[in-house]
Amino acid sequence: MAERTIEEVVGSAAVLRGDDIDTDRIIPARFMKVVTFDTMGEHLFEDDRKAAKGDHALDQEHYHGARILVVGSNFGCGSSREHAPQALMRFGFDAFIGGSFAEIFAGNCTALGLPCVVLDAADLAALMDTVELDPDQSVGIDIAAETVTSRAGVARARIPAGTRQQLLEGTWDATAVLLEAGDAIETTAERLPYVTGR
Amino acid sequence: MSANTLFDKVWDQHTVRELPTGQTQLFIGTHLIHEVTSPQAFAMLRELDLDVRFPKRTFATVDHIIPTDSQIRPFSDALAEAMMSELERNCRDYDITFFDSASGHQGVVHVIGPELGLTQPGMTIACGDSHTSTHGAFGAIAFGVGTSQVRDVLATQTLAMARLAVRRIDVNGKLSSGVHAKDVTLAIIRRLGVNGGVGFAYEYGGDTFDAMTLEERMTVCNMAIEGGARCGYVNPDDATFDYLRGRLHAPEGDAFERAVERWRDIASSADASYDDRVEIDGTEIAPSVTWGINPGQNAGIDECIPRANELPDSERPQLEEALEYMGLRQGEPIAGTPIDVAFIGSCTNGRLSDLREAARVARTGQVQPGVRALVVPGSQEVARQAEAEGLDDTFRAAGFEWREPGCSMCLAMNPDKLIGREICASSSNRNFKGRQGSPTGRTLLMSPAMVAAAALRGKVADVREVL
Repeated sequence: MAERTIEEVVGSAAVLRGDDIDTDRIIPARFMKVVTFDTMGEHLFEDDRKAAKGDHALDQEHYHGARILVVGSNFGCGSSREHAPQALMRFGFDAFIGGSFAEIFAGNCTALGLPCVVLDAADLAALMDTVELDPDQSVGIDIAAETVTSRAGVARARIPAGTRQQLLEGTWDATAVLLEAGDAIETTAERLPYVTGR
Repeated sequence: MSANTLFDKVWDQHTVRELPTGQTQLFIGTHLIHEVTSPQAFAMLRELDLDVRFPKRTFATVDHIIPTDSQIRPFSDALAEAMMSELERNCRDYDITFFDSASGHQGVVHVIGPELGLTQPGMTIACGDSHTSTHGAFGAIAFGVGTSQVRDVLATQTLAMARLAVRRIDVNGKLSSGVHAKDVTLAIIRRLGVNGGVGFAYEYGGDTFDAMTLEERMTVCNMAIEGGARCGYVNPDDATFDYLRGRLHAPEGDAFERAVERWRDIASSADASYDDRVEIDGTEIAPSVTWGINPGQNAGIDECIPRANELPDSERPQLEEALEYMGLRQGEPIAGTPIDVAFIGSCTNGRLSDLREAARVARTGQVQPGVRALVVPGSQEVARQAEAEGLDDTFRAAGFEWREPGCSMCLAMNPDKLIGREICASSSNRNFKGRQGSPTGRTLLMSPAMVAAAALRGKVADVREVL
């Protein structure tokens, strides 16, 4: 189950301003009444987009085809639904740059090979401004060097060390790595009286 | 770095190995699943041709999509029926215990785990649901996870996780009359912010927590995630052991006494050290109500909605966005806000003590005409106990609907939902935009007693004035 390595994501970006954007907004719960993820992309931010009547960032023509979504802080808070990153991925996003990410959301993104990269406030503001001014420009996330490059310059980015390594080594889909532990899993279980019943 | 806390001890006991990434491969002792986040995980398992590694350590129930008016099969919603059938098939194929309606133990996953004694001190627990933090009330380390991680737990009974820092939150002092655990958890989130807990496990303590019942502790731990903390817990004590004694899946006889010894040892030691500490004065906490679109946007019932000029610049856009959505005005009192719907239930506040508190209020009057009021017990067991006490009759007599157990209107993946711009006094955990099923619906979070008070008055009211 060796996965592809993810060293960089390069492409056009879209800016979605606002902090604390929760996973209920990313994918409203009523669209999760299915047993697959296939239809998630169709309903990405559906309620926000309907409410904005065409003014939502994702409905701007100049953001069409964007691979990177630039967001505020605490993006993906709330429900643990992996349906949220699934919806973003199926819509076409391969990476996220923001002020901060909710933990479960970031973990779900890693499991799908979608980097969540954090910038300092000033760098994030500059990136948002430049992308809004010139949405056709190419934005580059370098996972190994931990940088984000845009017309605003090269900004120092942060990505948790473990996640970074998983992406670079192609071990972001954890199952294969976890299975490698072999009998050590049963050995751990044997130490736990509530598991053994002894 | 923290040391000798319950978190550290449980983490070390469950460590299978350190991974090259610096993460820990952590053994998950108890895995809870439900119909919404598990079907894709089982599909991945089949695709990878993997088996469930420890089928006896996974337990299933149905809660999110189950209707609360009639649970007779097949459900009238074909999509809900399909999800239910899929869970049944997966439990059958992989030999997983399923607490369905016929078992008499069905309910919201975070209500039935503790109720059945599946949740015990010193365990690691995972579930594909962010409110898994609830189980921390017992001194378990309990994480909400996504579907890929549900697959990982099914396939390996382990997760790859980065160790968290530990923040000790002390709340001291006797809570005022009319102040409940819900108000404590809202006060903590208001103080530390909705993302203040990112990277942390929250250890709740202090004499306010010592005095709480396990159901109250569950309410606080349930909303740890609303403050950004992946998990929250309270050290186990005699109240914990008393709660667990005699539960279906708790150890019996001598084994229980041996377990109590282990559970005492797992609690944070007297010399434990923490990465951060916060103290909150419990005597200052008031019955609280949210006015915005995240749980941190809350105020005491006597307070007014903040004005933009009282807030730091960075918080103003959120205030404006929230008030525009809510149709509320800065500087206005939150008390007196008219409501259309009252919802009592959920994994936060759908337990027997919650229903008792709400019933005390319900006994004093009638639901205002025009207000739709629902009481949804958290589980079949909660429903049985409440009915044995006559709480169902109390609620019906006051004009509330008495429903069957499920997640109901907390997230509206079932027929219970807001319509249009309805505004709901809700004992649930999230006031996000559209959370209760209508894209423009509005939620005011508060304790079950406050929801009952709002139902009787037809507007947000101070429960202390109603009782």
